[in-house]
Amino acid sequence: MKALLELLQKEARLSTSQMADRLGKTEAEIEAALQSLTSDGAILGFHAVIDSDKVGDHRVSALIEVKLTPEREGGFDRLATRIAKFDQVSNCSLMSGGYDLSVIVEGDDLREVARFVSEKLSTLDGVVSTATHFRLKVYKQNGFQAFDQPEDERLPVTP
Amino acid sequence: MKPLEDRIATQVKNLPRSGIRDFFELVLGRDDVISLGVGEPDFSAPWHIREAAIFSLEKGHTSYTSNLGLLSLREEISKYVTEQFDVTYDPKSEILITVGVSEALDLACRALLNPGDEVIYHEPCYVSYNPSIALAYGVAVPVETKVEDEFVLKAEDVEAKISDKTRLLLLNFPTNPTGAVEPIEELEKIAKLAVKHDLIVISDEIYSELLYGDDSGMVRGEHTSIASLPGMKERTILLHGFSKAFAMTGFRLGYSCAPPVLTEAMMKIHQYSMLCAPIMSQHAAIEALKNGAEEMESMRVAYAHRRNLMLKRFEEMGVPCFAPGGAFYLFPDIRKFGLSSKEFATQLLEEENVAVVPGTAFGNAGEGCVRACYATAYDKLEVALDRIEAFVGRLKN
Repeated sequence: MKALLELLQKEARLSTSQMADRLGKTEAEIEAALQSLTSDGAILGFHAVIDSDKVGDHRVSALIEVKLTPEREGGFDRLATRIAKFDQVSNCSLMSGGYDLSVIVEGDDLREVARFVSEKLSTLDGVVSTATHFRLKVYKQNGFQAFDQPEDERLPVTP
Repeated sequence: MKPLEDRIATQVKNLPRSGIRDFFELVLGRDDVISLGVGEPDFSAPWHIREAAIFSLEKGHTSYTSNLGLLSLREEISKYVTEQFDVTYDPKSEILITVGVSEALDLACRALLNPGDEVIYHEPCYVSYNPSIALAYGVAVPVETKVEDEFVLKAEDVEAKISDKTRLLLLNFPTNPTGAVEPIEELEKIAKLAVKHDLIVISDEIYSELLYGDDSGMVRGEHTSIASLPGMKERTILLHGFSKAFAMTGFRLGYSCAPPVLTEAMMKIHQYSMLCAPIMSQHAAIEALKNGAEEMESMRVAYAHRRNLMLKRFEEMGVPCFAPGGAFYLFPDIRKFGLSSKEFATQLLEEENVAVVPGTAFGNAGEGCVRACYATAYDKLEVALDRIEAFVGRLKN
């Protein structure tokens, strides 16, 4: 199961028969494992990791540090889940350290993100403060490097 | 003036041309070749290891080190070898850092052989064994291992070759080119032979991390070093290095672990020839031993994926191939196609642009097989296998 998950994180688009070849399992075993991982909710989803510069996507992305007032009984959960439900939010995590929530927001342009922060996020009861950092350039995302990898420099035949 | 050819020393003149080199020249100049002919990882050394080498340069470490190598590296090696091989060496007197395992092998042969002394080793084997012995004025005595036995070295075959001139026994498990791993029972018998006939054993264990323990290869196999068997530490020179498991071939770093007297004798030659291994490589190696285990395992798993693919496809296309327990090579048996190893490899290259190495490049015992290395990107392997399938399909008809 661990080997399958590691493979999926790197190359989720392989067919079940290709996964079976690599892991030395049968296709049926792979399908059963995928089925159970999905129904357990262990796999949240699959997506392509895209270098937005290469496809001419000029959308903007911002990391927002959010400070919250924790609530009796619920802690941060109720408010954090509420924030996470906005379509504009792509990632939302509770953090240790100087602020509470790390929220990544995507938008068509700067104004859209700014409006989301000022109108939706900071007006929520319990949000104490926000600090917005816009992304300038991506070097690596989700484990993939966004720059050209060197060619295979090995000699074709070696002992 | 005498012709320059006549100035070449006899033992150099007598060295046969490398079969690898012959084949290399055939491959060069062809476009679109997918090569399964390499003997090194396709990964770059993990970044944290490369970064340690950069940091070493940045700090101005550009001097010689002690002849034996940095003590801090020898201490890390001692810890690592204890864990990996279950035998402990004193970093101050029993470990020598060399420029790759190849240098260590050369040192061991030169330190231990008098002219005419015999060295028993198993074929098919790494290409430099025979020349290293010959250049040290030794006599190479190969023992043939067979595809029918999955290239297990049989103690009885070793014993049959022992004479009163035999001094050394040279072993390499897992084996390049076959990937074979020696069963423990046989290794124990060989160890007993070494004790009985008072032989020194040189054990090249460069592939010892790349082991596939179960059918799918997902579990790393257990390695047993001959040095850890009873009565063997005092008569074994254990050779290991960083090239394969840590993907550090170009760093050129290996080491030998051996009793102080043998280490001292090897060091004597090393200090007058190499002096020491490159210092930045030594710093990188310390990082590899301290923090490299996780990436090493993920590379091993990637090799296991490819090994699974290769074995399955060879089986489907009707090319007999045993499932070797180690390294990153398969050694399929191509005898049924009625071609020699060299003919098979040459025709495959010419017709389908896939390079494999003829088994005979690794000694006569390799006839009938070819070496296919799977340390190559998975998608390239898939294409190479499709091409091999087309090729053997034509041979069958």
